[in-house]
Amino acid sequence: MAKEKPDLVYGTLDMLILKALQHDARHGLAIADRIQQMSKDILRVEQGSLYPALYRLEAQGWIKAEWGLSDNNRKARYYKLTAAGRKQLASEQEHWSRITKGIDLVLSGA
Amino acid sequence: MPRLRAWFSRLVGLFSKNRYNAEMAEEMRQHVDLLTERKIADGMSPTDARNAALREFGGVEQIKEAAREQRIWRWADEFVQDVRFGARMLWRSPGFSILAILCLTLGIGTSAAVMSWIEGILIRPYPLVAHQDRMVALFGTKQGTTEKEGLSYPDFRDLQKNSTLFESFIVDRIMGTTLSIGDRAERASGGIVSANYFDVLGVRPMLGRGFRPEEGEGRNAHPVTVISYLTWRDRYKGDPDIVGKTQFLNGVQHTIIGVTPEKFHGTFIGYSFNFWVPTSMQETFDSTGYKLEDRGARWIEGFAFLKPGVTRQQAQAELNTIAQRLENDFPETNRGHRFEILPLSKTPFNAVANLSSTLGITAAVAFFVLLIACANVSNLLLARSLLRRHEMTMRLALGAGRRRLIKQLFTEGLLLSLIAAAGGIVVAYWCRNALVLVAPARTPGITIDYPGHLDWRVLALSVVVCIGSTMLFALVPAIQASHVDLSGALKSEGSGMIGGSGRSRLRSVLVFVQVALSFVLIAGTGLVLRSLVRMQNADPGFSTRSVVVSSVDLFSAGYKPDRAKIFYEQLLERIRALPGVQSATLARLRPFSYGVYSSAPLEIEGYQPPRNEQLAGDYNEVGEGYFATIGIPIVTGREFARTDDENAPPVAVVNEMMATKYWPGKEPVGQRLKVKDKWMEVVGVAKNANYRTKLEQSTPFFYVPVRQNFFVQDNIIIRTEQSAAAISNALAREVHALDANLAPLDAISLQEQVDVMSYTQRLAVALLAIFGGMALFLAAIGLYAVMSYLVSQSTRELGMRVALGAGARDILQLVLSRGLRLTIAGIAIGGITALLLTRLMGNLLYKVSPRDPIAFGLALIILLAVALLACFLPARRATRVDPVQALRV
Repeated sequence: MAKEKPDLVYGTLDMLILKALQHDARHGLAIADRIQQMSKDILRVEQGSLYPALYRLEAQGWIKAEWGLSDNNRKARYYKLTAAGRKQLASEQEHWSRITKGIDLVLSGA
Repeated sequence: MPRLRAWFSRLVGLFSKNRYNAEMAEEMRQHVDLLTERKIADGMSPTDARNAALREFGGVEQIKEAAREQRIWRWADEFVQDVRFGARMLWRSPGFSILAILCLTLGIGTSAAVMSWIEGILIRPYPLVAHQDRMVALFGTKQGTTEKEGLSYPDFRDLQKNSTLFESFIVDRIMGTTLSIGDRAERASGGIVSANYFDVLGVRPMLGRGFRPEEGEGRNAHPVTVISYLTWRDRYKGDPDIVGKTQFLNGVQHTIIGVTPEKFHGTFIGYSFNFWVPTSMQETFDSTGYKLEDRGARWIEGFAFLKPGVTRQQAQAELNTIAQRLENDFPETNRGHRFEILPLSKTPFNAVANLSSTLGITAAVAFFVLLIACANVSNLLLARSLLRRHEMTMRLALGAGRRRLIKQLFTEGLLLSLIAAAGGIVVAYWCRNALVLVAPARTPGITIDYPGHLDWRVLALSVVVCIGSTMLFALVPAIQASHVDLSGALKSEGSGMIGGSGRSRLRSVLVFVQVALSFVLIAGTGLVLRSLVRMQNADPGFSTRSVVVSSVDLFSAGYKPDRAKIFYEQLLERIRALPGVQSATLARLRPFSYGVYSSAPLEIEGYQPPRNEQLAGDYNEVGEGYFATIGIPIVTGREFARTDDENAPPVAVVNEMMATKYWPGKEPVGQRLKVKDKWMEVVGVAKNANYRTKLEQSTPFFYVPVRQNFFVQDNIIIRTEQSAAAISNALAREVHALDANLAPLDAISLQEQVDVMSYTQRLAVALLAIFGGMALFLAAIGLYAVMSYLVSQSTRELGMRVALGAGARDILQLVLSRGLRLTIAGIAIGGITALLLTRLMGNLLYKVSPRDPIAFGLALIILLAVALLACFLPARRATRVDPVQALRV
């Protein structure tokens, strides 16, 4: 997606969203918060790319959405990982760690 | 799996787009609200917090758009867009859209209705009958003649017993009676049928039962009847306890044992039967005597069901064997007689035979109209595509993909044809029974029911043809557009040339085809119309104007011959005494009726028939003064007198044809002939006349005095200057005075009687006129569209011509000549086609050559006139071109 900001490597947002949903169902803002928190504020998810990504993942069948209530009793759409999403997360994580290992090797060996 | 799910989710997204959009908006609103709250908690003022939140979130619409793209197939989304755009385009040029849709709707609708009708009559005529594919018509033939005859009852039983390749045989004889319930009397038509009739056809009575096997046998032994649904509903007011009640039929009390289901009208196409009785009751309903044991009486129409897998040829071979055996066993009655089977569509006995050529032509004509409609719409689409060339070029220039453009045009074509197809189905639905309305009324009191249900296969075919052709031509501009040289096309917009041939060749071909097809239709209509006029004017050989016919159903009322003789004697006396009546007489049959003339083997004194020819002749039993009353001149000798009664020597009057056939060069008066073992002396020769229809060939025919050959059931023939209605009233009074229980049938003039028999021609004229008119209209639209387009495209050229000094006359001439050139080319081809096709019109033409110059000339004039009109409007517009305006563009 051309609109993604450069502080996220292209194509990684989907993986991060899946990871953020690994244990709990969350709504959009909470997903963004969670990613920010897990990355110790290094990664900030641009709202503009969050929703397209969420709908994309939903259309793929990796996450599922339903309406629920937030902590302060607001209506919100909660996203939850599906079984297919879990598998996808595992395979993307594996793929990612192989790639990063490779990149690390290239960069450190120079 | 995820792939499939994604597909499905997108599909759902496509169709529930609005709901998804709303949900999306809601979710994003909640998101912004949450952000705002968080910022308020951080100490911002509510307004600042909201603004900050909105800023942080970014452009809501862009996000939505980006999100939507994830959800919905791009092409599908575009498809919806295309449909919207297409609808808008159609809406924006309502003239074009309405015309195109109208043309297609009419084309699909009428052709589907007509084809369904034809399919219903010719191929599957009996809606409730199972295995119609194995059902065939069965009849008798006589060697040496082409005439088709019925079966005799004993022969029918032998066929049943001796055949192995047939599953079953049924027989059926149409007859009429007077059905009176309370004080209402009406003609009713019924069938004398074999006892297995309903079982073999697989028609289960809605109430009660059908006939039992034993009910078919025994002389007048089983007065039971099954009535039709319509009779039950209309005449018995839907009485649920009808079964077991009785009804007088022909003076015999019959027990009603069953009611047929609604859709079953009997096996005689064209008539809806009111009731059925088993063969055992034949004598009660047939005034010509008991026939169940008479092998020589061939009076019933047969149907047979072949066993599965048996071909017609095999079955026919078996019939031939059986016929030969019967010929050996019963040479007296069966010498030279054979059985033959034909597909239902060729049933020799009922209206199908009369209708088949009309139906065939109607089918061809409906197909022509469909073709013309398709050509027309294609033409309109092409015209519009050329007008939209600029738009297409512009869109290409602005970066639209060529495939996208093609898709767009494709969608528009699809939209157009789908709307039209829907309309066509509605039209077909409405029309399916309208054809029965076009069919002229026939014998009064007898309902006609043509199976007019809509056949989905026929409808589907018409729709496919229409959609196919529309799509084909919708795409032509797209293909053209994808070869557009952008810069060139944008530079010169109006480049049509009135004088040139150029790229509108395809459209010219279409117009040309339309004109040609229309010409064929109009010429055909002209031919049938002229036949009808000729027929109407043709002299049937008797007076039609001042002769009125009626009858009293004495047979149904149970009169025996002696009583009937006295009744007729008294009635005729009273009629002759009426003011304005010149003469009145009896005849067993009136001319041009559906009744069957008496027929008997003949022996002619002094005439040796060629070998294998069994002489036979048709005759009518008529009263004294018949020839004077009906207006058939006596050439030599005398006509029947009162004195030719049962005590006088038997006499006969022959027609000229018979006289020249059997007594060539001799004086016929005084010769003798033997009819049914009775020698008769010829006392007069009558001029030839038509006896059944005006189409018939002149045949030998003779008359015998009704006093010497009495029948209870006769027609009353009255020569009078009074109107038929006036006579009807007077007659009713006189009949009532003689017997208060009797009422005569409505008197009609012989002219009316004659008209009834020309109904196939009138039906053909009506249908051809409708379709011909439609074709003409469509062709005119086609021409108009082409000429309009040419004029609008060549504004620049026309302006130039005007600027160079061309006057309005020159311009008019230029445009008209171009249009007329197209028309004349079309007419030329149409003329050749028509010459080839009209020969196939067969028995619809009466004393009119299939190449009749008047019909062809008329078609030429009409088409030219319409073409002139269609070209004139655009041509006039051309003369108004302002050269300054035109050249400045």
